[in-house]
Amino acid sequence: MTSTLQSHVIAGMLANDPLLSGEVGLTTLLVVLIKVVVAFVGLLLSVILMVWFERKVIADMQNRFGPNRAGPFGLFQTIADGMKLIFKEDLMPERADPFVFKLAPFLSLIPAFLTFAIVPIAGSFNDGLDGVVTILGQQTFMQVADPQIGILLFLAMSSLAVYGIMLAGWASGSKYPLLGSVRATAQMVSYEAALGLALASVLLIAGSLSTNAIVNGQAGFRWNVWMTGLVPFVIFTIAATAELNRPPFDLVEAEQELVGGFHTEYSSFRFAMFFLAEFLNTVTMSAIIVTLFFGGPSGPTFGLTNWVGVYILPFFWFFLKLLVFLCMFVLFRATLPRFRYDQVMDLGWKLLIPASLGWFLLLVAVRVGSDQGWNLVATGLAAVAGLLAGAFLLILSIRASAAKRAAVSLPGEGT
Amino acid sequence: MRVEMFTFLLTAAICLAGSAGVVLLRNPVHNALSLVATLFGVAVLFIQQGAYFLAAIQVIVYAGAIVILFLFVIMLLGVDKAEGIDRDPILGQRTAAIAAGVAILGLSLTALLSVGSRVTGQASTLAAIDGSEPNINALAKVLFTDYVFAFEITSVLLTVAVVGAVVLSRKAGSAIDVAEFPEGTTADLLQAKHDAAAVEQEVLEEVATEDETPEGEAETTEEALR
Repeated sequence: MTSTLQSHVIAGMLANDPLLSGEVGLTTLLVVLIKVVVAFVGLLLSVILMVWFERKVIADMQNRFGPNRAGPFGLFQTIADGMKLIFKEDLMPERADPFVFKLAPFLSLIPAFLTFAIVPIAGSFNDGLDGVVTILGQQTFMQVADPQIGILLFLAMSSLAVYGIMLAGWASGSKYPLLGSVRATAQMVSYEAALGLALASVLLIAGSLSTNAIVNGQAGFRWNVWMTGLVPFVIFTIAATAELNRPPFDLVEAEQELVGGFHTEYSSFRFAMFFLAEFLNTVTMSAIIVTLFFGGPSGPTFGLTNWVGVYILPFFWFFLKLLVFLCMFVLFRATLPRFRYDQVMDLGWKLLIPASLGWFLLLVAVRVGSDQGWNLVATGLAAVAGLLAGAFLLILSIRASAAKRAAVSLPGEGT
Repeated sequence: MRVEMFTFLLTAAICLAGSAGVVLLRNPVHNALSLVATLFGVAVLFIQQGAYFLAAIQVIVYAGAIVILFLFVIMLLGVDKAEGIDRDPILGQRTAAIAAGVAILGLSLTALLSVGSRVTGQASTLAAIDGSEPNINALAKVLFTDYVFAFEITSVLLTVAVVGAVVLSRKAGSAIDVAEFPEGTTADLLQAKHDAAAVEQEVLEEVATEDETPEGEAETTEEALR
C-alpha cells in the first residue's frame, strides 16, 4: 500500500500529503499539528476581532460609541459576551428533538473550521518558490492541507453547512425556526449553483483545483479578478453573501418576520456556536475570495527569501486583502436594506445563474479559440452573439410566463 | 497501529452504524441523517483508496443535494413523525424485503469469499492509479474520450427528467380552476368573502359600542392625569 499511495505524492513534498497515508514520520505529524493549531487559534482570534470590528464600525456609522467598556476600545467585548453565554441557562423546548437539537450547532461550526484548512495564508510565490516553506526540515505549504480536490472541499463543506441550519430549525419543534430554516436552505441551495458556476471560470483559468496552484498561477499580479473579466468575481461575491446569510440576504433571521430565525429556540453556548459559525464563515469566505480572485498571499517580496520574505510579507499581503473584504461585508450590513424573499430567488435563478453560465461559456470559447489558433476577435464576437440570443430567449420566456401568470391571477389581487 | 487501519476501522464503524440507523430508527429525519453519516463514511473510504474526486463528489452531490432534498420533502410533507409499521402498506412487502436482503447478503459474501485470496489491500484493484496526475485530470480525459457518448446521453437524460418534472408539477391551462368553486366565479367568491368579513366587522363594532362607556371613562381619567 505504501508504495502505491506514496507515488501520488509529489516527490519531495511529503508533508504536503494531507491525509498522512503511507509511512508517517514524527516530524511530519508535528508539522501538521503545528499548522492545525496555528490555523485554529488564528481563526478564532480573527473571529473575536471581527465581531468587535463589525460592531465598532456599524456603531460609528450610526453615530454611537459601540462596545467601549471591556478592555481598551472594547476589544474584549466578544470574550465578555462569550463568557456570559457560557454561564446562561441552557434551554430546550419541550417539543424539540433532543439529539438533533444538540447536534445542529456542531454541524454548523465544524464545516466553518474545516474550510479554512485549504486557504494558503503565507509563503512566497515569487522567485520560483511556489509557496513552499521549510518547517523543521520538512517542505510544506502554509496551509493546513493541499488536497487534490482543493477548492471542491470548500463546496463540499458549504453544502454540509446547510445541515446545521436546516436541522436546527426542524429540531426546535417550533414554527418560526422551521420557517427560517426552510428559507435558509432554499436560499443556500439556490446560490450554491451560482457560486459553483462562478468558481468554474476561475478553475478554467487556473487549470487546477488545488488552492496552492490557483494562487501560484496568480503570482505577479495576474489576478483572476481581471483574468476572468470581473464578472465571475462580482457573481461570486453576491452569491457568497447570500450563502453566508448576511445582509442584504439575511432573510433567514429577519427579526420582523421570524423573531430570530433558525436559532430562535437556542440559548447559552449552543447559540454562541451558531454565532461563532456565522462569523467564522464570514472570515473564511473572505479568505476564499482572496485566494480565488486576488492572488492570496502572493505579492511583491522585494527579492527577500529569508523569513521576512517567506512568512511576514506574504501574510501581510494576505491580511491586507482579507481586511478589504471583511470591510466590504461590514459595509453591506451597515448600508443595504434587506431583500424580499421573491427578489432573492429571482436574483439567484434568473440573473446570477444564467449570467455566470454565459460568462463561463464565453471564456471557454475564447480558450478553445486560442488553443485552436482561430481568429480571437471573430470567436469572441460569435460567442457573444450566441449568448445574446440565449439571453434574449431567456428574457422572452420569463416575460411570457409572467404574462400568463398575470392573466389567471385572482381579480383584486393587484397587478 | 498503522494510520490506514485506524482510519478504516473508524470509518467502517461509522458506515455500519449509519446503515443500521437508516433501517432501524423510527423517525424519518433520523433515518436521513444516518444516511448522511454512511455517505460521509464512504467518502472517507474513497479517499483512502486514492479516489479523491469521487469522495468530493460523494459529499457534494449525495450529502449536499440529494439528502437535503429528502429532508426538504420530509419536512414539507410533515411526515417527520415515527411511522407505524404494524402492517405492510403492500401485501407481502415484508417477506419480499427479507428475501431480497438475505439474497443480496449471500451474494456479496459469496463474491467476497470466492475471491478472498485476491484481496490484496492495494489502493485500487481494477484501474492502476497513475501517480503522476491528479484524479480529476485522469477522469476528465476518460470521460471526454472513451465514454463521451455515455456522458452526453446521461446529461440528456437528466435534462429530460428536469423538463418532465416541470411539466408534471405545472398543471396545464389556468392555475386556478374556476369549476372548483361552487358559488360562481372566483370574483363572486371573493366578493362573498369580503361581504362576510364586513358583516363580522359590523358585529364587532356593535360590541365595541356597547362597551364604550368604561373606555370613555378611562380616557377622561388619562386626560385628567395629563
